[in-house]
Amino acid sequence: MMENTAPNSVTKMMLNVIYALIPGVIAYVIFFGWGVIINIVIAVTTAIATESLMLHLRKRPVKPFIMDGSAVVTAILLALALPNLAPWWLTFIGVAFAIIIGKHLYGGLGYNPFNPAMIGYVLLLISFPLEMTIWLQPDNNIGFTQNLSHILNSSAKDLNIDAMTMATTLDTVKTQSGLGQTYDTIRANHSILFGQFAGYGWEWINLMFLLGGLWLLYRRVISWQIPVAFLISIATMALIFYPATSTSPIYHLFGGATMLCAFFIATDPVTASTTPNGRLIYAAGIGVFAYIIRMWGGYPDGIAFGVLLMNMAAPMIDYYTRPKAFGES
Amino acid sequence: MKAIIEQAKHHFHGGLSLDGHKQLSMQHAISAALIPDTLTVPLLQHIGRPATAIVKIGEQVLKGQCIACIKDDKNTVTAAMHAPSSGKVVAIEHCAIPGMLKQSVDCIMIQTDGEDRWHPEIQPIAEPFNLTRDDLKQAILEAGIVGMGGAGFPTHLKLVQEKPVETLIINAAECEPYITCDAQLIQEQAEKIIKGIQFILHALNINHCFIGIENNKPDAIQALRQAIESIEQPPTKQQCFIKIVQLPTRYPAGGEKQLIQAITGKQIPINKLPRDLGIIGHNIATTFAVANAILEGKPLIERVVTITGDNIAQPQNKWVMLGTNMQQLLDTCGYQKKSNDEVIMGGPMMGAHLDSADYPVIKTTNCVLVKTKPIQTTSLPCIRCGECARVCPANLLPQQLYWFVRSKDFDRVQDYQIFSCIECGCCDYVCPSHIPLVQFYRYAKSEIWNQEADKEKSDHARQRHEFRQLRIERKKKEDAERKAKKKAMLNKKQGIDTSAEDAKKSAIEAALKRVKSRQTEQSAVAKNTDNLTEQQQQKIAEVEQRRKNKTRQNNNE
Repeated sequence: MMENTAPNSVTKMMLNVIYALIPGVIAYVIFFGWGVIINIVIAVTTAIATESLMLHLRKRPVKPFIMDGSAVVTAILLALALPNLAPWWLTFIGVAFAIIIGKHLYGGLGYNPFNPAMIGYVLLLISFPLEMTIWLQPDNNIGFTQNLSHILNSSAKDLNIDAMTMATTLDTVKTQSGLGQTYDTIRANHSILFGQFAGYGWEWINLMFLLGGLWLLYRRVISWQIPVAFLISIATMALIFYPATSTSPIYHLFGGATMLCAFFIATDPVTASTTPNGRLIYAAGIGVFAYIIRMWGGYPDGIAFGVLLMNMAAPMIDYYTRPKAFGES
Repeated sequence: MKAIIEQAKHHFHGGLSLDGHKQLSMQHAISAALIPDTLTVPLLQHIGRPATAIVKIGEQVLKGQCIACIKDDKNTVTAAMHAPSSGKVVAIEHCAIPGMLKQSVDCIMIQTDGEDRWHPEIQPIAEPFNLTRDDLKQAILEAGIVGMGGAGFPTHLKLVQEKPVETLIINAAECEPYITCDAQLIQEQAEKIIKGIQFILHALNINHCFIGIENNKPDAIQALRQAIESIEQPPTKQQCFIKIVQLPTRYPAGGEKQLIQAITGKQIPINKLPRDLGIIGHNIATTFAVANAILEGKPLIERVVTITGDNIAQPQNKWVMLGTNMQQLLDTCGYQKKSNDEVIMGGPMMGAHLDSADYPVIKTTNCVLVKTKPIQTTSLPCIRCGECARVCPANLLPQQLYWFVRSKDFDRVQDYQIFSCIECGCCDYVCPSHIPLVQFYRYAKSEIWNQEADKEKSDHARQRHEFRQLRIERKKKEDAERKAKKKAMLNKKQGIDTSAEDAKKSAIEAALKRVKSRQTEQSAVAKNTDNLTEQQQQKIAEVEQRRKNKTRQNNNE
């Protein structure tokens, strides 16, 4: 681990988070096309605009708070959670809600009790379930301009694209299991969705986020407790229910948004627990909730709900996990 | 003696690896003291009470002569002062002194004569190990020695044994960046230092000691090792042994509690002192001063000061007479003043930021550091990243403390053990939002102290008020009793029989009652008058009216 020798800053931390996301984003583009980049651009633009607006309305200095980079990180994380065919207004609504309601109405940077990106995501998931579940299948062959025009004008039906959409791996496994099929039969019937050990494409995206996350750990931008406890928690849950669900821990660790959550979402310091032991409890809780919702809830992935539920519990966890001060008996 | 060098077996929580900047001031040997024109010797240089001046204005003083002494009993927290050079006392007046003591105290100003003549009584003590322990303590007391590392606690008080002491720990960590005065003193005066340690061991009546030193000072460690090997066991019955413990270079390894934990593995419990665990700590420069006092009879009148930092042409370690003006010191080291420079007494982490260099060097001045003020960055809100908690050597939750201080929830602040904070500044240093956390904690501490003082005051006032109320009530009661007694006495004297009067009164009342009841009886009759004609009713009314008038007339009569 690197020693902390140089003065730190919020901007540096956020920049490091953005750098660490790059490998995962590249994997995204390789498997799913340009949609994610377009989403990120729309999201970041919206975030900067709404953040400036809110800072202006709240009579706060705009420049230092824009430069802290936190709004940009929120926007990118939300964009990464959206389907790659999400119409522009979906991204816009999600990010604007995250920044305005999720962040600034609580008092801005440092004061929001809930992870703003997840607040935005959950709003969209509840309000626009259809748009939120339509993904372009992996290895599609639509180009940048086609993808862009679809995002900007989604009402114009493009049959060509519609033919290439489908639910994600997690979603498919859940619906089909609900119909009583085993994992192996689902895998056999939807072979396009499965890769070496988890969802096709998703396994690589998760691996790349893991790589970026390890770099963040090395740079000491995040602490080890949250990712480790979260990953152990979700793997343990998967192991316990392996006989019942026939989905392996590996499938869960490298499926959906697991790695993104472990290193980038759950680690949002503002909304997480802040004591060392509290972080273990907090992250383990997210793992449990995420798994339960993922397997038996009404939504394809439970990460967002898990994070928000544990956000609520964070102050209480902090209260009960204060470490003993030097010489305290 | 045999030298033992070992690595620290334990470690303390948190801390920082900082850039040392130590080479800057270690290029040359320690340079000799200059004799300034005037010396300003404050009568108070540490926590506790000022010493009492025993010289008068106009008096000639010689180098090493005692000019202020301890008037009260020996356990008062204070230390004697001596003339750092020969000359004339020109004034005894209030001056500002540097550091934590913000108040100004009386200072003795000496105009030096440049001859630097020693007082004739300054003589070595013969056969120091034959001295009784009390005599040794007395010698240290008379030499005016205080802890030279930080708070300047009088050394003789740390030789008093109320509880048995088992372990002596010598602090040579010097963990703050820039400061090298101890390291260089060790390199040049290791033998004297080891002798000083032997005297302290003798005074404490124990036989072993640890020297804690950071491993970034190999030359000093080597010098100590050689000195220990070259010096013979003291001619006492006990066999002394001195162990050098190398500490990882990690600020604040020199914090007393951190050093004790690193060496012994013990944590000093909250509200306890090291001596409660049988441990006594002394700074290594203090042991040198002790050796000087005993081997040569010299009181503490000069010390090594590191003069270093930005815009100083010749950063160096220098012998400095106590009372020398810092500005003059900086000038001799080729300091070119820049507008946004800042003078710090001590290190960059915990040193006292001074408003100017116009202060005297005191017994605890280990470093005069000049730093260019960093460009002021506005602090962002706390993002609860927890970096501060990771580096906190007291294992506190600085960011939680910060929230509670901001909301003035001082009960919560105390629950989170703010008084364990040693104000080392690690949290400030790593905070990505650049929040001046230590300032908040200092504010909270002083606020809590003030509240407690206020509470004591108001408790006192309330007690007084309650007592007054009680007194007034008692007086009222007593007055009432006295009045009643007096009245009874008076009545007796006049011989009035109150019972006769009462009988008269009740007779009148009974008569009135009778009259009233008769009246009501009269008005109650003639109720068998249902189904009457209007004329009859009118007649009755007239009769009634007349009767009423009549009774009224009767009553009037």
